[in-house]
Amino acid sequence: MNAPATNPKDSDPSRSSYYVNDAFYRELIGNFTGWQDDARAVADAAVRDEFRRLLEREARLLDQLRYDDWLAMYAAECIYWVPSTPQAGDPRREIAVMFDDRRRLEDRVYRLRTGFAWSQAPASRTVRLVSNVEVFASASDAARMLRSNFLISEFWGNETRVLTGWAGHRVVRAGAGWKIQAKQVNLIDCDQCIRNPSIIL
Amino acid sequence: MTAFEKVAPPQGRLDVTALYDWDYLVQEDRAHRLIYTDPAIFEVEMTRVFGGTWTYLAHESEIPNANDFITRRLGLRPLIVVRDTANKIRALYNRCTHRGTTLCRWDKGNAKSFQCPYHGWNFLNTGKLRGVPWPDGYAEDMRDPKYNLAQVPRVESYRGFIFGTLNLDALPLAEHLGPIAQIIDEWLDRNPGGKVVVCEANRFRFKGNWKLAYDNSCDGYHVAYSHRSLLETENRFAGANAKGMAYYRNSPDTQPMYMRYTGHGNHFKDKRPNLEKRPGGLWALESAHPGMEHYEAEFLRRYGERAFALLDLAGSEPVNINVFPNFSLLGNHIQVFEPLSVGETNAIWYGTMVVDDGTLGEAAVTDINALRMRTQEGFPNFGEVDDIANFEQIQCGLMAVEDEWVYMHRGLGVPGRIQRHDDGTITAPATDEAFMREHFKEWKRLMKSPHNLAIAREP
Ligand code: FES
Ligand SMILES: [Fe+2]
Repeated sequence: MNAPATNPKDSDPSRSSYYVNDAFYRELIGNFTGWQDDARAVADAAVRDEFRRLLEREARLLDQLRYDDWLAMYAAECIYWVPSTPQAGDPRREIAVMFDDRRRLEDRVYRLRTGFAWSQAPASRTVRLVSNVEVFASASDAARMLRSNFLISEFWGNETRVLTGWAGHRVVRAGAGWKIQAKQVNLIDCDQCIRNPSIIL
Repeated sequence: MTAFEKVAPPQGRLDVTALYDWDYLVQEDRAHRLIYTDPAIFEVEMTRVFGGTWTYLAHESEIPNANDFITRRLGLRPLIVVRDTANKIRALYNRCTHRGTTLCRWDKGNAKSFQCPYHGWNFLNTGKLRGVPWPDGYAEDMRDPKYNLAQVPRVESYRGFIFGTLNLDALPLAEHLGPIAQIIDEWLDRNPGGKVVVCEANRFRFKGNWKLAYDNSCDGYHVAYSHRSLLETENRFAGANAKGMAYYRNSPDTQPMYMRYTGHGNHFKDKRPNLEKRPGGLWALESAHPGMEHYEAEFLRRYGERAFALLDLAGSEPVNINVFPNFSLLGNHIQVFEPLSVGETNAIWYGTMVVDDGTLGEAAVTDINALRMRTQEGFPNFGEVDDIANFEQIQCGLMAVEDEWVYMHRGLGVPGRIQRHDDGTITAPATDEAFMREHFKEWKRLMKSPHNLAIAREP
């Protein structure tokens, strides 16, 4: 009803959401369970550096509010997931702080650009530190799992505060490079009350 | 539970209530800034409002089994809301009777007893003191009931919603709710089996007084402007089929929606008359959510015409049902306000999911909830953030000492605008501030009386 495509085959995920279905949820939960396994950790310094650069670039683009470039780092069918519990339960039966598919991610950016998003008027200034980057192999050679710690300093409303936690990225091969297929942002205080959670993490 | 202890007037301090002229601070058309900014007034509220009337504590689905507990607050009092070993729901003070330590530092769990981390006094989940280390060091019998935990003397549920009050003279909860109980029934009864289960929350904190949130709970005046970014976003592809709350955009007062004041500070904004009355009428208004096209197609394939009624269960019920001072049902959320200080408040949006009543089947319930989680995340992310930013800015603005008044007179004195009904309820157009004028009368009534407040202990 909300999108021109009526057939999942020719749908544009920016306009209609066919890919977020039960199989997708099950796969997402599977991909984000038990993946931080020492046996799968990638030691190769060049590989680790490649993904560190990817995460550093993502942080910089968000700090610079370069949302189009940032969105382009994501696969067409992607998920941005901020669980509301430290164990990141089943998003089909647990409300999340944020759970955006491609279209809702673009909604998020659209809203911030309307000029009427009062929670971001003026916009927060942020500086992100990304560290402790670890790369893990996944069952498919076309995908990798990344773990990183983040610390976002956010200046907003006359004060600077810190948002911190760790992120899991699932990246998939796209041509010569990689795209982010899923990002799970685990705030250390995800199950607590948070003041003005309106920036993109 | 028979041992009541009357709450004594504050000792060793000025009784500040005599210093305030409540009728001056809250007038028919305006309220004084002090009621939002004065720490002494806040302190009075923490007993006379949060204590003097029914306050929402928790939902029964959060403590479904015997010995389940959840930690909450009644005003500033830390509580452990438990379902005790005999299945009785109690609101225990989370405060050791020895020297005051909180007994339980977890948000939730299951425990038959609570042991104080300081000196090890141990309490059953009925509140009774079970034992203390080395009791022969005490000259008296430690079985004196005064060492049992304090508890909220009156805890009652209305269809799963647990409320508590310290006021022994308060009306029974169902009577207190009065006409709004029927609206709560309607909110519940659209769900299978007339039930919902709480499933985590979107949790916010803002630097502002708690009343700023309650003043907004029935406010239809702010939507078109405060939520302009949301309305523009959710309608960016909508074309002629306006989505979400777009009905607020043009002359909202001529729409069939309305507000109703039902007494005791409770009110209700009913946007349901704006919908088409048919299965799928609610769903048709939903803006874009993750998975919506897939599930819609899948439901139609699996259930035929019945699909629309199922999709409506994932749709956001267009009501705001507000029970003074801290509870609000809106969309599918249970929203709760927790005052922290005169200038800081938590606003927690508990999500709800549906459960199978035997008519839906596991697959349908899983899919409805998968969609219902996503519809519920929409407003907190794209709407509430802007509301709380505005609440913070009100608190800031009210720091201007000489500019004293907050006006709430929209609709007042406009002929024919406000209807008073035989059942005592009041209706007005959706943008009217009648709801605020009325809940401030209740606030004033509560603030003027010390009430017959007590705590209870097990005998
Ligand atoms: S304060 Fe609790 S046992 Fe001493
Ligand atoms: Fe609002």
